Amino acid sequence: MPGDAIVEIRGIGKIYETGVEALTNVTLAIPPGKLSTLLGPSGCGKTTLLKIIAGLIPPSAGEVWVKGKKVEGPGQERAFVFQDFALLPWANVLRNVAFGLELRGVPRERRDEIARRQIAEVGLGGFESSYPNQLSGGMKQRVGLARALAVDADIILMDEPFSSVDEQTRRKFQEELLDLLRHRQKTVIFVTHSIEEAAYLSDQIILLSPRPGTVSRIIHPNVERARSPDEIRRDKNYLDTVDEIWQILKHYVA
Amino acid sequence: MERKNLVAIGVVWPLISFAFFFGLWELAGWWPISVAFPPFSKTLLALLAMIADGSLPRAYLSTFQPLVIGMVLCGIAGIGFGIGMGLSRAVEWFTLPIFIILQAAPMAAIIPLITYLYGIGLTSKVLAVVFLAAPVIVMNSYKGIRNTNPSLIQMCRSFLGTKRQEVVKIVLPHAGALIFAGLRLGLAMGFIGVVIAELLITPTGIGDLITYHSSVADYPEMFAAIASIIVIAALTIHGLERLERTLFPPEIRGS
Repeated sequence: MPGDAIVEIRGIGKIYETGVEALTNVTLAIPPGKLSTLLGPSGCGKTTLLKIIAGLIPPSAGEVWVKGKKVEGPGQERAFVFQDFALLPWANVLRNVAFGLELRGVPRERRDEIARRQIAEVGLGGFESSYPNQLSGGMKQRVGLARALAVDADIILMDEPFSSVDEQTRRKFQEELLDLLRHRQKTVIFVTHSIEEAAYLSDQIILLSPRPGTVSRIIHPNVERARSPDEIRRDKNYLDTVDEIWQILKHYVA
Repeated sequence: MERKNLVAIGVVWPLISFAFFFGLWELAGWWPISVAFPPFSKTLLALLAMIADGSLPRAYLSTFQPLVIGMVLCGIAGIGFGIGMGLSRAVEWFTLPIFIILQAAPMAAIIPLITYLYGIGLTSKVLAVVFLAAPVIVMNSYKGIRNTNPSLIQMCRSFLGTKRQEVVKIVLPHAGALIFAGLRLGLAMGFIGVVIAELLITPTGIGDLITYHSSVADYPEMFAAIASIIVIAALTIHGLERLERTLFPPEIRGS
Protein backbone atom coordinates (compact mmCIF):
# COMPACT_ATOMS: atom_id res chain seq x y z
CA MET A 1 0.00 0.00 0.00
CA PRO A 2 1.59 3.30 -1.01
CA GLY A 3 2.10 5.53 1.98
CA ASP A 4 0.94 8.73 0.31
CA ALA A 5 -2.58 7.52 -0.48
CA ILE A 6 -5.32 9.80 0.88
CA VAL A 7 -7.94 7.04 0.86
CA GLU A 8 -7.08 3.40 1.53
CA ILE A 9 -9.64 0.68 1.00
CA ARG A 10 -8.68 -2.58 2.68
CA GLY A 11 -10.48 -5.81 1.96
CA ILE A 12 -13.94 -4.26 1.71
CA GLY A 13 -16.87 -6.65 1.30
CA LYS A 14 -20.57 -5.93 1.42
CA ILE A 15 -23.44 -8.37 1.76
CA TYR A 16 -26.88 -6.77 1.90
CA GLU A 17 -29.59 -7.93 4.31
CA THR A 18 -31.33 -9.51 1.35
CA GLY A 19 -28.31 -11.84 0.96
CA VAL A 20 -27.02 -10.15 -2.18
CA GLU A 21 -23.24 -9.95 -2.17
CA ALA A 22 -22.41 -6.60 -3.76
CA LEU A 23 -18.66 -6.38 -3.11
CA THR A 24 -15.94 -8.80 -2.14
CA ASN A 25 -12.38 -8.15 -1.01
CA VAL A 26 -11.86 -4.73 -2.61
CA THR A 27 -8.44 -3.29 -1.88
CA LEU A 28 -7.42 0.06 -3.36
CA ALA A 29 -5.35 3.16 -2.82
CA ILE A 30 -6.54 6.57 -3.96
CA PRO A 31 -3.76 9.11 -4.56
CA PRO A 32 -4.32 12.68 -3.32
CA GLY A 33 -5.12 15.50 -5.70
CA LYS A 34 -6.08 13.12 -8.51
CA LEU A 35 -9.29 12.01 -10.11
CA SER A 36 -9.96 8.29 -9.70
CA THR A 37 -12.86 6.64 -11.45
CA LEU A 38 -14.79 3.55 -10.38
CA LEU A 39 -15.94 1.97 -13.63
CA GLY A 40 -17.80 -1.25 -14.24
CA PRO A 41 -20.93 -2.91 -15.57
CA SER A 42 -24.20 -2.00 -13.87
CA GLY A 43 -24.75 -3.85 -10.63
CA CYS A 44 -21.04 -4.24 -9.90
CA GLY A 45 -21.34 -2.30 -6.66
CA LYS A 46 -19.61 0.93 -7.75
CA THR A 47 -22.12 3.13 -5.98
CA THR A 48 -22.10 0.86 -2.93
CA LEU A 49 -18.31 1.20 -2.73
CA LEU A 50 -18.55 4.98 -3.06
CA LYS A 51 -21.16 5.16 -0.29
CA ILE A 52 -18.99 2.97 1.92
CA ILE A 53 -16.10 5.41 1.40
CA ALA A 54 -18.54 8.24 2.20
CA GLY A 55 -19.49 6.49 5.44
CA LEU A 56 -23.14 6.33 4.41
CA ILE A 57 -23.22 2.51 4.26
CA PRO A 58 -21.30 0.32 6.72
CA PRO A 59 -19.18 -2.41 5.07
CA SER A 60 -19.70 -6.07 6.00
CA ALA A 61 -15.96 -6.71 5.92
CA GLY A 62 -12.78 -4.66 5.70
CA GLU A 63 -11.93 -1.06 6.50
CA VAL A 64 -11.67 2.32 4.80
CA TRP A 65 -9.00 4.73 5.96
CA VAL A 66 -9.13 8.39 5.02
CA LYS A 67 -6.15 10.63 5.79
CA GLY A 68 -4.85 8.06 8.29
CA LYS A 69 -8.15 7.71 10.15
CA LYS A 70 -10.56 4.80 10.01
CA VAL A 71 -13.97 5.70 8.52
CA GLU A 72 -16.83 5.23 10.99
CA GLY A 73 -19.30 7.54 9.25
CA PRO A 74 -19.43 10.70 7.15
CA GLY A 75 -16.65 13.20 7.80
CA GLN A 76 -15.68 16.84 7.19
CA GLU A 77 -12.96 15.91 4.73
CA ARG A 78 -15.42 14.18 2.36
CA ALA A 79 -18.30 15.70 0.38
CA PHE A 80 -20.81 13.79 -1.74
CA VAL A 81 -22.38 14.71 -5.08
CA PHE A 82 -25.56 12.70 -5.67
CA GLN A 83 -26.76 11.08 -8.86
CA ASP A 84 -30.30 12.45 -8.33
CA PHE A 85 -28.89 15.82 -7.13
CA ALA A 86 -30.60 15.55 -3.69
CA LEU A 87 -31.57 19.23 -3.59
CA LEU A 88 -34.17 20.60 -1.20
CA PRO A 89 -37.13 21.49 -3.46
CA TRP A 90 -38.40 24.13 -1.00
CA ALA A 91 -35.06 25.94 -0.74
CA ASN A 92 -33.58 28.26 -3.37
CA VAL A 93 -30.19 27.72 -4.99
CA LEU A 94 -28.41 29.89 -2.43
CA ARG A 95 -29.74 27.95 0.55
CA ASN A 96 -29.13 24.61 -1.16
CA VAL A 97 -25.51 25.47 -1.85
CA ALA A 98 -25.06 26.76 1.69
CA PHE A 99 -26.86 23.77 3.22
CA GLY A 100 -23.72 21.84 4.22
CA LEU A 101 -22.46 24.94 6.02
CA GLU A 102 -25.89 25.51 7.56
CA LEU A 103 -25.77 22.02 9.06
CA ARG A 104 -22.35 22.81 10.50
CA GLY A 105 -23.66 25.92 12.20
CA VAL A 106 -21.79 28.49 10.09
CA PRO A 107 -23.48 31.90 10.61
CA ARG A 108 -25.90 33.04 7.91
CA GLU A 109 -23.85 35.88 6.44
CA ARG A 110 -20.64 33.89 6.28
CA ARG A 111 -22.24 30.88 4.61
CA ASP A 112 -24.18 32.97 2.11
CA GLU A 113 -20.97 34.72 1.13
CA ILE A 114 -19.20 31.37 0.55
CA ALA A 115 -22.21 29.99 -1.30
CA ARG A 116 -22.41 33.02 -3.62
CA ARG A 117 -18.76 32.55 -4.54
CA GLN A 118 -19.28 28.84 -5.30
CA ILE A 119 -22.41 29.54 -7.32
CA ALA A 120 -20.47 31.98 -9.47
CA GLU A 121 -17.66 29.47 -9.84
CA VAL A 122 -19.90 26.70 -11.18
CA GLY A 123 -21.43 29.22 -13.60
CA LEU A 124 -24.82 29.73 -11.94
CA GLY A 125 -24.44 33.41 -11.07
CA GLY A 126 -27.86 35.11 -11.24
CA PHE A 127 -29.77 31.96 -10.26
CA GLU A 128 -29.28 32.34 -6.49
CA SER A 129 -32.98 32.78 -5.78
CA SER A 130 -34.28 30.18 -8.26
CA TYR A 131 -35.79 26.95 -6.99
CA PRO A 132 -34.50 23.52 -8.10
CA ASN A 133 -37.69 22.73 -10.05
CA GLN A 134 -37.02 25.79 -12.21
CA LEU A 135 -33.58 24.50 -13.25
CA SER A 136 -32.48 22.01 -15.91
CA GLY A 137 -30.75 18.75 -14.93
CA GLY A 138 -27.33 20.15 -15.72
CA MET A 139 -27.95 23.25 -13.61
CA LYS A 140 -29.24 21.14 -10.72
CA GLN A 141 -26.05 19.13 -10.74
CA ARG A 142 -24.02 22.35 -10.72
CA VAL A 143 -25.88 23.23 -7.53
CA GLY A 144 -24.98 19.79 -6.14
CA LEU A 145 -21.33 20.35 -7.05
CA ALA A 146 -21.29 23.87 -5.59
CA ARG A 147 -22.75 22.50 -2.34
CA ALA A 148 -19.93 19.93 -2.14
CA LEU A 149 -17.29 22.58 -2.92
CA ALA A 150 -18.74 25.01 -0.36
CA VAL A 151 -17.84 22.80 2.62
CA ASP A 152 -14.24 22.78 1.32
CA ALA A 153 -13.68 19.04 1.70
CA ASP A 154 -10.42 17.54 0.40
CA ILE A 155 -12.20 14.60 -1.15
CA ILE A 156 -15.21 14.88 -3.43
CA LEU A 157 -17.21 11.73 -4.03
CA MET A 158 -19.33 11.86 -7.18
CA ASP A 159 -21.96 9.23 -7.88
CA GLU A 160 -22.68 9.20 -11.64
CA PRO A 161 -23.13 12.96 -11.50
CA PHE A 162 -23.75 13.37 -15.22
CA SER A 163 -26.05 10.43 -15.81
CA SER A 164 -29.23 12.52 -15.75
CA VAL A 165 -27.73 15.32 -17.82
CA ASP A 166 -28.04 15.60 -21.59
CA GLU A 167 -25.03 14.93 -23.82
CA GLN A 168 -24.03 18.51 -24.76
CA THR A 169 -24.37 19.74 -21.19
CA ARG A 170 -22.38 16.78 -20.01
CA ARG A 171 -19.39 17.56 -22.25
CA LYS A 172 -19.29 21.17 -21.19
CA PHE A 173 -19.69 20.17 -17.56
CA GLN A 174 -16.86 17.62 -17.80
CA GLU A 175 -14.53 20.23 -19.25
CA GLU A 176 -15.39 22.70 -16.53
CA LEU A 177 -14.95 20.02 -13.89
CA LEU A 178 -11.43 19.29 -15.13
CA ASP A 179 -10.67 22.99 -15.11
CA LEU A 180 -11.99 23.46 -11.60
CA LEU A 181 -10.11 20.47 -10.22
CA ARG A 182 -6.83 21.55 -11.77
CA HIS A 183 -7.03 24.75 -9.77
CA ARG A 184 -8.27 23.28 -6.51
CA GLN A 185 -6.06 20.23 -5.95
CA LYS A 186 -9.08 18.20 -4.89
CA THR A 187 -9.10 14.44 -4.69
CA VAL A 188 -12.09 13.17 -6.63
CA ILE A 189 -13.58 9.69 -6.63
CA PHE A 190 -15.98 9.40 -9.48
CA VAL A 191 -18.47 6.65 -10.32
CA THR A 192 -19.51 6.22 -13.93
CA HIS A 193 -20.55 3.60 -16.42
CA SER A 194 -19.31 5.64 -19.38
CA ILE A 195 -15.95 4.49 -20.74
CA GLU A 196 -15.35 7.77 -22.58
CA GLU A 197 -16.13 9.80 -19.50
CA ALA A 198 -13.70 7.70 -17.43
CA ALA A 199 -10.90 7.94 -20.00
CA TYR A 200 -11.41 11.64 -20.52
CA LEU A 201 -11.50 12.66 -16.87
CA SER A 202 -9.41 10.18 -14.91
CA ASP A 203 -5.88 9.97 -13.67
CA GLN A 204 -6.65 6.45 -12.47
CA ILE A 205 -9.43 4.12 -13.61
CA ILE A 206 -10.46 1.28 -11.32
CA LEU A 207 -12.28 -1.39 -13.28
CA LEU A 208 -14.67 -3.47 -11.22
CA SER A 209 -15.85 -6.96 -12.17
CA PRO A 210 -19.57 -7.87 -12.12
CA ARG A 211 -21.31 -8.82 -8.87
CA PRO A 212 -19.86 -9.46 -6.43
CA GLY A 213 -17.68 -6.53 -7.44
CA THR A 214 -13.95 -6.66 -6.96
CA VAL A 215 -11.03 -4.80 -8.53
CA SER A 216 -10.38 -6.35 -11.89
CA ARG A 217 -7.79 -3.90 -13.27
CA ILE A 218 -6.35 -0.47 -12.56
CA ILE A 219 -5.54 1.68 -15.57
CA HIS A 220 -3.59 4.93 -15.61
CA PRO A 221 -4.53 6.69 -18.83
CA ASN A 222 -1.51 8.65 -19.89
CA VAL A 223 -3.51 11.55 -21.31
CA GLU A 224 -1.90 14.98 -21.39
CA ARG A 225 -4.52 17.18 -19.70
CA ALA A 226 -2.91 20.54 -20.23
CA ARG A 227 -4.21 20.55 -23.77
CA SER A 228 -7.59 21.61 -25.09
CA PRO A 229 -10.58 19.29 -24.67
CA ASP A 230 -10.84 18.64 -28.39
CA GLU A 231 -7.18 17.71 -28.59
CA ILE A 232 -7.58 15.32 -25.67
CA ARG A 233 -10.47 13.62 -27.43
CA ARG A 234 -8.25 13.00 -30.48
CA ASP A 235 -5.24 11.99 -28.39
CA LYS A 236 -3.83 8.54 -29.20
CA ASN A 237 -3.45 7.58 -25.54
CA TYR A 238 -7.05 8.58 -24.89
CA LEU A 239 -8.33 6.46 -27.76
CA ASP A 240 -6.10 3.53 -26.71
CA THR A 241 -7.41 3.73 -23.15
CA VAL A 242 -11.02 3.68 -24.34
CA ASP A 243 -10.23 0.62 -26.46
CA GLU A 244 -8.35 -1.14 -23.67
CA ILE A 245 -11.23 -0.68 -21.24
CA TRP A 246 -13.75 -1.85 -23.81
CA GLN A 247 -11.73 -5.02 -24.47
CA ILE A 248 -12.03 -5.91 -20.78
CA LEU A 249 -15.59 -4.72 -20.19
CA LYS A 250 -17.08 -6.47 -23.19
CA HIS A 251 -16.46 -9.82 -21.52
CA TYR A 252 -18.69 -8.69 -18.67
CA VAL A 253 -21.59 -7.67 -20.86
CA ALA A 254 -23.74 -10.72 -21.28
CA MET B 1 -57.75 43.62 -22.57
CA GLU B 2 -57.35 39.83 -22.57
CA ARG B 3 -56.87 39.86 -18.84
CA LYS B 4 -60.16 41.70 -18.47
CA ASN B 5 -61.86 39.09 -20.62
CA LEU B 6 -60.52 36.27 -18.46
CA VAL B 7 -61.76 37.98 -15.31
CA ALA B 8 -65.13 38.52 -16.92
CA ILE B 9 -65.32 34.83 -17.88
CA GLY B 10 -64.21 33.84 -14.36
CA VAL B 11 -67.08 35.86 -12.89
CA VAL B 12 -69.77 35.53 -15.53
CA TRP B 13 -69.81 31.76 -15.99
CA PRO B 14 -70.17 30.89 -12.29
CA LEU B 15 -72.95 33.50 -12.06
CA ILE B 16 -74.79 31.91 -14.98
CA SER B 17 -74.31 28.52 -13.39
CA PHE B 18 -75.69 29.72 -10.04
CA ALA B 19 -78.62 31.47 -11.75
CA PHE B 20 -79.43 28.27 -13.65
CA PHE B 21 -79.26 26.10 -10.52
CA PHE B 22 -81.32 28.45 -8.35
CA GLY B 23 -83.77 28.96 -11.21
CA LEU B 24 -84.37 25.21 -11.44
CA TRP B 25 -84.78 25.07 -7.67
CA GLU B 26 -87.31 27.89 -7.82
CA LEU B 27 -89.32 26.13 -10.57
CA ALA B 28 -89.21 22.79 -8.76
CA GLY B 29 -90.45 24.51 -5.60
CA TRP B 30 -93.46 26.05 -7.35
CA TRP B 31 -94.27 22.89 -9.32
CA PRO B 32 -94.49 21.55 -6.52
CA ILE B 33 -92.62 18.25 -6.30
CA SER B 34 -93.42 17.97 -2.60
CA VAL B 35 -95.01 20.13 0.06
CA ALA B 36 -91.80 19.76 1.99
CA PHE B 37 -89.76 21.28 -0.84
CA PRO B 38 -89.81 25.09 -0.73
CA PRO B 39 -88.78 27.24 -3.68
CA PHE B 40 -85.44 29.04 -3.61
CA SER B 41 -86.94 32.48 -3.01
CA LYS B 42 -88.78 31.38 0.15
CA THR B 43 -85.68 29.60 1.43
CA LEU B 44 -83.60 32.72 0.86
CA LEU B 45 -86.15 34.89 2.68
CA ALA B 46 -86.23 32.41 5.57
CA LEU B 47 -82.43 32.51 5.70
CA LEU B 48 -82.41 36.31 5.84
CA ALA B 49 -85.07 36.28 8.55
CA MET B 50 -83.09 33.77 10.62
CA ILE B 51 -79.99 35.94 10.32
CA ALA B 52 -81.99 39.04 11.25
CA ASP B 53 -83.61 37.55 14.36
CA GLY B 54 -80.25 36.21 15.52
CA SER B 55 -81.26 32.55 15.64
CA LEU B 56 -78.82 31.49 12.90
CA PRO B 57 -75.78 33.31 14.33
CA ARG B 58 -76.58 31.90 17.79
CA ALA B 59 -76.85 28.41 16.34
CA TYR B 60 -73.44 28.72 14.66
CA LEU B 61 -71.87 30.01 17.83
CA SER B 62 -72.85 26.79 19.54
CA THR B 63 -72.06 24.53 16.55
CA PHE B 64 -68.58 25.97 16.16
CA GLN B 65 -67.69 25.21 19.78
CA PRO B 66 -67.23 21.43 19.46
CA LEU B 67 -65.91 21.89 15.91
CA VAL B 68 -63.16 24.32 16.89
CA ILE B 69 -62.19 22.44 20.07
CA GLY B 70 -62.15 19.15 18.17
CA MET B 71 -60.09 20.54 15.29
CA VAL B 72 -57.55 22.15 17.61
CA LEU B 73 -57.17 18.83 19.44
CA CYS B 74 -56.77 16.99 16.13
CA GLY B 75 -54.37 19.61 14.84
CA ILE B 76 -52.06 19.23 17.82
CA ALA B 77 -52.45 15.58 18.85
CA GLY B 78 -53.26 14.22 15.36
CA ILE B 79 -50.25 15.77 13.65
CA GLY B 80 -48.16 14.81 16.68
CA PHE B 81 -49.24 11.18 16.46
CA GLY B 82 -48.73 11.12 12.71
CA ILE B 83 -45.22 12.53 13.00
CA GLY B 84 -44.47 10.13 15.86
CA MET B 85 -45.65 7.18 13.77
CA GLY B 86 -43.59 8.35 10.83
CA LEU B 87 -40.42 8.72 12.88
CA SER B 88 -40.62 5.78 15.28
CA ARG B 89 -41.31 2.14 14.44
CA ALA B 90 -42.52 1.53 18.00
CA VAL B 91 -45.17 4.26 17.86
CA GLU B 92 -46.15 3.07 14.38
CA TRP B 93 -46.59 -0.52 15.59
CA PHE B 94 -48.75 0.61 18.48
CA THR B 95 -50.92 3.28 16.81
CA LEU B 96 -51.21 2.50 13.10
CA PRO B 97 -53.85 -0.29 13.46
CA ILE B 98 -56.06 1.98 15.59
CA PHE B 99 -56.14 4.69 12.95
CA ILE B 100 -56.62 2.27 10.08
CA ILE B 101 -59.67 0.85 11.89
CA LEU B 102 -60.95 4.35 12.74
CA GLN B 103 -60.59 5.40 9.12
CA ALA B 104 -62.59 2.41 7.88
CA ALA B 105 -65.27 2.32 10.62
CA PRO B 106 -68.69 3.94 9.95
CA MET B 107 -68.50 6.58 12.67
CA ALA B 108 -72.22 7.22 13.01
CA ALA B 109 -72.47 3.73 14.51
CA ILE B 110 -70.06 4.67 17.31
CA ILE B 111 -71.93 7.82 18.34
CA PRO B 112 -74.45 6.02 20.60
CA LEU B 113 -71.48 4.43 22.34
CA ILE B 114 -69.88 7.83 22.87
CA THR B 115 -73.16 9.15 24.27
CA TYR B 116 -73.42 6.16 26.59
CA LEU B 117 -69.91 6.81 27.92
CA TYR B 118 -69.71 10.60 27.97
CA GLY B 119 -73.32 11.76 28.15
CA ILE B 120 -74.99 14.32 25.92
CA GLY B 121 -72.77 17.32 26.63
CA LEU B 122 -70.00 19.10 24.81
CA THR B 123 -67.50 16.27 25.44
CA SER B 124 -69.43 13.82 23.29
CA LYS B 125 -69.73 16.30 20.44
CA VAL B 126 -66.04 17.15 20.55
CA LEU B 127 -65.29 13.42 20.49
CA ALA B 128 -67.53 12.94 17.45
CA VAL B 129 -65.53 15.63 15.61
CA VAL B 130 -62.23 14.11 16.73
CA PHE B 131 -63.18 10.56 15.73
CA LEU B 132 -64.11 11.67 12.24
CA ALA B 133 -61.34 14.18 11.62
CA ALA B 134 -58.37 12.52 13.33
CA PRO B 135 -57.76 9.49 11.09
CA VAL B 136 -57.16 11.47 7.88
CA ILE B 137 -55.01 14.06 9.70
CA VAL B 138 -52.91 11.37 11.38
CA MET B 139 -52.56 9.24 8.25
CA ASN B 140 -51.57 12.21 6.07
CA SER B 141 -48.92 13.37 8.54
CA TYR B 142 -47.64 9.82 8.83
CA LYS B 143 -47.44 9.34 5.07
CA GLY B 144 -45.82 12.74 4.63
CA ILE B 145 -43.05 11.76 7.02
CA ARG B 146 -42.62 8.25 5.61
CA ASN B 147 -42.41 9.44 2.01
CA THR B 148 -39.37 11.60 2.63
CA ASN B 149 -36.97 11.19 -0.26
CA PRO B 150 -34.27 8.81 1.12
CA SER B 151 -31.68 10.58 -1.00
CA LEU B 152 -32.28 13.82 0.93
CA ILE B 153 -31.76 11.96 4.22
CA GLN B 154 -28.46 10.56 2.92
CA MET B 155 -27.48 14.02 1.74
CA CYS B 156 -28.15 15.42 5.20
CA ARG B 157 -26.10 12.65 6.84
CA SER B 158 -23.23 13.01 4.38
CA PHE B 159 -22.97 16.72 5.25
CA LEU B 160 -22.80 15.75 8.93
CA GLY B 161 -26.37 16.68 9.82
CA THR B 162 -27.53 15.44 13.23
CA LYS B 163 -30.68 13.35 13.69
CA ARG B 164 -32.41 16.48 14.98
CA GLN B 165 -31.39 18.54 11.93
CA GLU B 166 -32.56 15.67 9.72
CA VAL B 167 -36.05 15.92 11.23
CA VAL B 168 -36.26 19.72 11.43
CA LYS B 169 -34.61 20.63 8.13
CA ILE B 170 -35.56 17.72 5.86
CA VAL B 171 -38.38 15.51 7.11
CA LEU B 172 -40.81 18.13 8.45
CA PRO B 173 -40.56 20.62 5.54
CA HIS B 174 -40.90 17.69 3.15
CA ALA B 175 -44.09 16.54 4.90
CA GLY B 176 -45.52 20.07 5.28
CA ALA B 177 -47.72 20.07 2.19
CA LEU B 178 -49.23 16.64 2.95
CA ILE B 179 -49.82 17.55 6.60
CA PHE B 180 -51.65 20.71 5.56
CA ALA B 181 -53.75 18.77 3.04
CA GLY B 182 -54.59 16.37 5.88
CA LEU B 183 -55.83 19.28 7.99
CA ARG B 184 -58.06 20.46 5.17
CA LEU B 185 -59.56 16.99 4.61
CA GLY B 186 -59.84 16.61 8.38
CA LEU B 187 -61.84 19.82 8.65
CA ALA B 188 -64.23 18.56 5.98
CA MET B 189 -64.73 15.42 8.08
CA GLY B 190 -65.06 17.59 11.20
CA PHE B 191 -68.03 19.42 9.65
CA ILE B 192 -69.68 16.06 9.03
CA GLY B 193 -68.89 14.99 12.59
CA VAL B 194 -70.35 18.04 14.25
CA VAL B 195 -73.59 17.91 12.25
CA ILE B 196 -74.01 14.17 12.93
CA ALA B 197 -73.39 14.83 16.62
CA GLU B 198 -75.94 17.64 16.73
CA LEU B 199 -78.52 15.49 14.97
CA LEU B 200 -77.87 12.23 16.84
CA ILE B 201 -76.77 13.22 20.37
CA THR B 202 -78.82 16.25 21.40
CA PRO B 203 -80.14 18.88 19.05
CA THR B 204 -78.07 22.02 19.56
CA GLY B 205 -76.85 24.72 17.19
CA ILE B 206 -77.47 24.10 13.54
CA GLY B 207 -78.67 20.53 14.22
CA ASP B 208 -81.32 21.98 16.51
CA LEU B 209 -82.46 24.45 13.83
CA ILE B 210 -82.78 21.65 11.28
CA THR B 211 -84.66 19.25 13.60
CA TYR B 212 -86.89 21.92 15.12
CA HIS B 213 -88.02 23.49 11.85
CA SER B 214 -88.53 20.09 10.31
CA SER B 215 -90.69 18.96 13.25
CA VAL B 216 -92.96 22.04 13.03
CA ALA B 217 -93.04 21.84 9.20
CA ASP B 218 -91.25 25.20 8.64
CA TYR B 219 -89.64 23.79 5.52
CA PRO B 220 -88.11 27.02 4.15
CA GLU B 221 -86.33 27.53 7.51
CA MET B 222 -85.19 23.92 7.58
CA PHE B 223 -83.80 24.17 4.04
CA ALA B 224 -82.14 27.49 4.86
CA ALA B 225 -80.36 25.93 7.84
CA ILE B 226 -79.19 22.95 5.74
CA ALA B 227 -78.07 25.18 2.87
CA SER B 228 -76.20 27.49 5.23
CA ILE B 229 -74.04 24.73 6.73
CA ILE B 230 -73.25 23.38 3.25
CA VAL B 231 -72.23 26.85 2.04
CA ILE B 232 -70.12 27.55 5.13
CA ALA B 233 -68.33 24.19 4.95
CA ALA B 234 -67.69 24.51 1.22
CA LEU B 235 -66.36 28.08 1.50
CA THR B 236 -64.07 27.21 4.44
CA ILE B 237 -62.60 24.16 2.69
CA HIS B 238 -62.17 26.12 -0.53
CA GLY B 239 -60.41 28.91 1.37
CA LEU B 240 -58.03 26.41 2.94
CA GLU B 241 -57.32 24.92 -0.48
CA ARG B 242 -56.35 28.34 -1.81
CA LEU B 243 -54.18 28.99 1.24
CA GLU B 244 -52.53 25.63 0.66
CA ARG B 245 -51.67 26.58 -2.92
CA THR B 246 -50.15 29.85 -1.72
CA LEU B 247 -48.14 28.23 1.07
CA PHE B 248 -46.96 25.22 -0.94
CA PRO B 249 -46.86 26.20 -4.63
CA PRO B 250 -46.10 23.28 -6.95
CA GLU B 251 -42.61 24.58 -7.81
CA ILE B 252 -41.32 24.13 -4.26
CA ARG B 253 -43.03 20.84 -3.49
CA GLY B 254 -41.08 17.62 -3.00
CA SER B 255 -41.32 15.11 -5.80
